[in-house]
Amino acid sequence: MADVTQLIHDYLRHNKKFPHVFCAGCGHGIVLGSLIRSVHALGLPKDDVVLVAGIGCSGRMAVYVDFNTVHTTHGRALTFATGIKMANPKLKVICVMGDGDALSIGGNHLIHAARRNIGVTALILNNHIYGMTGGQCSSATPQGDISMTTPFGSLEKAFDIADMCKAAGASYVARGTSFHAIQLDRLISTAIMHPGFSVVEVFSPCPTQYGRKNKFRNAVDMYKWLKSNTVKVETLKDPDQKPADGRIPIGVFRDVEEPGLEERYFELQRKLMGQNR
Amino acid sequence: MSKKQKGQTRVCVYPDWCKGCGLCVAFCPAKVLVLNAFGKAEVAHEDECINCGFCELHCPDFAIAIKPRTRNGAAQPDPRSGWSDPENEHGRASPPVRTAEPNPNPEE
Ligand SMILES: Cc1ncc(C[n+]2csc(CCOP(=O)(O)OP(=O)(O)O)c2C)c(N)n1
Ligand code: SF4
Ligand code: SF4
Ligand code: SF4
Ligand SMILES: [Mg+2]
Repeated sequence: MADVTQLIHDYLRHNKKFPHVFCAGCGHGIVLGSLIRSVHALGLPKDDVVLVAGIGCSGRMAVYVDFNTVHTTHGRALTFATGIKMANPKLKVICVMGDGDALSIGGNHLIHAARRNIGVTALILNNHIYGMTGGQCSSATPQGDISMTTPFGSLEKAFDIADMCKAAGASYVARGTSFHAIQLDRLISTAIMHPGFSVVEVFSPCPTQYGRKNKFRNAVDMYKWLKSNTVKVETLKDPDQKPADGRIPIGVFRDVEEPGLEERYFELQRKLMGQNR
Repeated sequence: MSKKQKGQTRVCVYPDWCKGCGLCVAFCPAKVLVLNAFGKAEVAHEDECINCGFCELHCPDFAIAIKPRTRNGAAQPDPRSGWSDPENEHGRASPPVRTAEPNPNPEE
């Protein structure tokens, strides 16, 4: 394992202020490490990778890593990513968003990116809360959970991000957690190489804004919870059925080969240019 | 991952980057680490390390590194200039020295 940490440091922008802004024990740092390892394992040059981020703690990832990076506006990261991929399909475009970013303000862009099957990887860091702005409830906050804006427990059902992306037409859909780092490396690298729209939802603990309000004494407790309350989807008898014990399935939920929008577009372009010649 | 043999590694914590979240302390299967009086991770039983890699894969702040032992013993890591190690035991050329470029966005 000797080179794991050195490798990550090789990809960081050391002219930025470190340690990074994430709170102690925040899952977002682990996801950043996993993303770097995945890109490195694929042998992709840094310049072939574009990291497009929204606003939120999750969006800060784009500041620290030495790929091509765009720190966009809240909820609109996928629109920038779509433009980049259409303009230069050779780039590997990875779009990092929080749950608030991807599902609340940006929910419309998410379903349409999935429907179009644009060749972008959406990395959705789900901490079930608006972390950066002080812990307001998001559309991924589980029903009954406490947030700053739901002090008696949320009355609304949370989105199941994986289910929603599957229904909207994404051709690769997976869920991992910040605790299962080795699995997460695999999920992210498969997603990056996937031709169409790929979604990796990551359960990524926010001890500061979500954990404290929901009976987790500290960050470690949140990771212990992830360890005992998740189940590998391949071990389930019926992967389409939610486990009765309430555990959260993790793994790959859909992986089908369908050409991305950019491929279909360039196919059409070739055809029309051939006709005109 | 390498064989589960004790005593083959140097466990290096970089205190300036460690935020004391306690993940490495809580999950290390060999109980190598403790939180010290400053709330930072500290190596207490290095010889027990089985090189499982958990701490390196999970430290949210990239503040811990497991390195093979060398005759001289590995030096304390400094992430800003690469790990400084007299023997450079990975056979790699010295890590590139990063000169701090002026930050175009001063709030970051
Ligand atoms: C258009 C717009 N609306 C609202 C905000 C305020 N805002 C900043 S981050 C954020 C939510 C962040 O939550 P999430 O996307 O889940 O990211 P996290 O911080 O939890 O990683 C909001 C509402 C904004 N910056 N821009
Ligand atoms: S507020 Fe939550 S999501 Fe934001 S850095 Fe802190 S722990 Fe992470
Ligand atoms: S996991 Fe990293 S930041 Fe947390 S206590 Fe250990 S070395 Fe420090
Ligand atoms: S590599 Fe494993 S055994 Fe060694 S210190 Fe890290 S967590 Fe403990
Ligand atoms: Mg969030």
